[in-house]
Amino acid sequence: MEKSMQEIEHHHDEMNIVCERPSTLLDARMHYCPGCGHGVAHRILMEAVEELGIQEQTIGVAPVGCSVFAYLYMNVDMQEAAHGRATAVATGIKRCFPDKYVYTYQGDGDLAAIGTGETVHTVNRGENILIVFINNAIYGMTGGQMAPTTLIHQKTSTTPYGREASFMGNPLKITELLAQLPGAFYVTRQAVNTPVNVRRAKKALLNGLKYQKLNKGTCLVEIVSNCPTNWGMKPVQANEWLVENMLPYYPLGDMKVPSKEDIENA
Amino acid sequence: MGELRLMKGNEAMAEAAIRAGMDAYFGYPITPQSEVLEYLTREAYNRTQCTVLQAESEIASINMVYGAAGAGARVWTSSSSPGISLMQEGLSYIAGAELPCLIANINRGGPGLGTIQPSQGDYFQSVKGGGHGDYRLIVLAPATVQEMADFVQDGWDLADKYRNPVLILADGALGQMMEKVELRDQIERGTRATPSWATTGKTADRDRNFVTSLFIKPEEMEQVNLRLQEKYKLIEANEIRVQEMETEDADFVIVAYGLSARIGHKVMEIMRAEGIKVGLIRPITLWPYPYATVAKAADHVKGFLSLELNAGQMVEDVRLAVNGRCPVGHYGRMGGIIPSPEEVVEVIKDMYSKIQ
Repeated sequence: MEKSMQEIEHHHDEMNIVCERPSTLLDARMHYCPGCGHGVAHRILMEAVEELGIQEQTIGVAPVGCSVFAYLYMNVDMQEAAHGRATAVATGIKRCFPDKYVYTYQGDGDLAAIGTGETVHTVNRGENILIVFINNAIYGMTGGQMAPTTLIHQKTSTTPYGREASFMGNPLKITELLAQLPGAFYVTRQAVNTPVNVRRAKKALLNGLKYQKLNKGTCLVEIVSNCPTNWGMKPVQANEWLVENMLPYYPLGDMKVPSKEDIENA
Repeated sequence: MGELRLMKGNEAMAEAAIRAGMDAYFGYPITPQSEVLEYLTREAYNRTQCTVLQAESEIASINMVYGAAGAGARVWTSSSSPGISLMQEGLSYIAGAELPCLIANINRGGPGLGTIQPSQGDYFQSVKGGGHGDYRLIVLAPATVQEMADFVQDGWDLADKYRNPVLILADGALGQMMEKVELRDQIERGTRATPSWATTGKTADRDRNFVTSLFIKPEEMEQVNLRLQEKYKLIEANEIRVQEMETEDADFVIVAYGLSARIGHKVMEIMRAEGIKVGLIRPITLWPYPYATVAKAADHVKGFLSLELNAGQMVEDVRLAVNGRCPVGHYGRMGGIIPSPEEVVEVIKDMYSKIQ
């Protein structure tokens, strides 16, 4: 026999809820493809905002790319930046309102191709923001063209015979490059392909947000992600490809972590 | 009476910005306007604790302006022609997202890297939309150091009133010349109301705010455009500024803005002394353009000369206003050369003799 809505709601009240949508994530159907890492990355970033209790002080900046509509899902005040300019927009916000938590959410084309100049100088100035960098080695929104992070021999719609270093250069390890800058305070590379990695990535995002209060420099969390649609794979297969091909070139782990002194003296 | 000082145009603008309660300035050095950034880094933070940041490029500057304006700050940037070209993408986004802010272009000669000397070669870019899409900047054209100072606060007030970017279009001579300027009193920062749409942090009592120029559905994009066009019509109806000098009895009218208007004024004096009734129309807002003022003069004058430091740009708007009713000539020098009043007098005499 079917239960009435009232009965269901009553039952719901009594249930021990172990997981629900965070209040910082809107109840909206995302436009991302099945198996895409953006959905998980959005969720753990918003869980971090909720857990830190900083929704009212947080301002996000969306890029141009697949996550251009991030502001339709993230329940915080947000600005949509021009392609590559997210960290400049974030700089403008943070410099005027230093008490806010400011983050950018950018893909590899946005951050490491057209926005390289802004990215390098933002980190070099040590802007107290969090940069969330989604690296899936391809341009998703425009239909699978080569990204600066596309791997050698990887086929894309603009490298139909595979990327050749002699012609198109090598995949850009921009996170390693940025970690060298004194303005970088916390730099780490994570992934969202397994439950363990999701938990680790969330911890990194929590750190990247809360370290802003120390005023010690830029936090950068790279998340190695996938693109089943433009990689031409099923979701499970894409995550296997990620492990076999992306992670050897983009190894996971911390590149720069604050010292105990850094945290204690702040 | 406000405080009187002898200042360069660039410095007067910077001083006026501090006094108008600026929250932030983001800029990049370029001749002939670098005094703005230099003055502000020296003076601004010490006096009002506002933000002044030298960005890595004009592209970064204008996007920092976007972020700050989107979060509710009273913000501006300045540059000169090549730098303003780099900002066009950002200006289009700012216009699309309807963010109030101020931009100053201390126009130098082009195209390309050009010269550092004064020019009015950026008229088209300023008033016809240098970036992509159907948008308008409110464009103010000062002719004196006093106006360079005054138009800063006036510009911000217009920007706030219409949620629209405002451009001050001056030139290298106005930026560099020193004149007496009366400065307004200091407005305390924070007295300007924070806009309700700004990204100040989502509180429990409201939905999140987001700033964007992206409207992917054609129907929605068209509605946004229609709303913008309504706003532009309102600005055209309310905000035209123009100065008319001795046009009532004039047989011939010079139309000129900014530095050219000062030359035009001298030309008018010389020719009036010789018995030729010349008048002057000085558009102060280049957009919205004072078409009606020019059209009214066309009822009784025999001809117009558009006097510009370029190859003939504003003359197109003068011709639109005159609509073929009498001859409209253009005279301009380029590359940073400023014409003498005497050479302009000869040009008008030649043109006038052919009309009669």
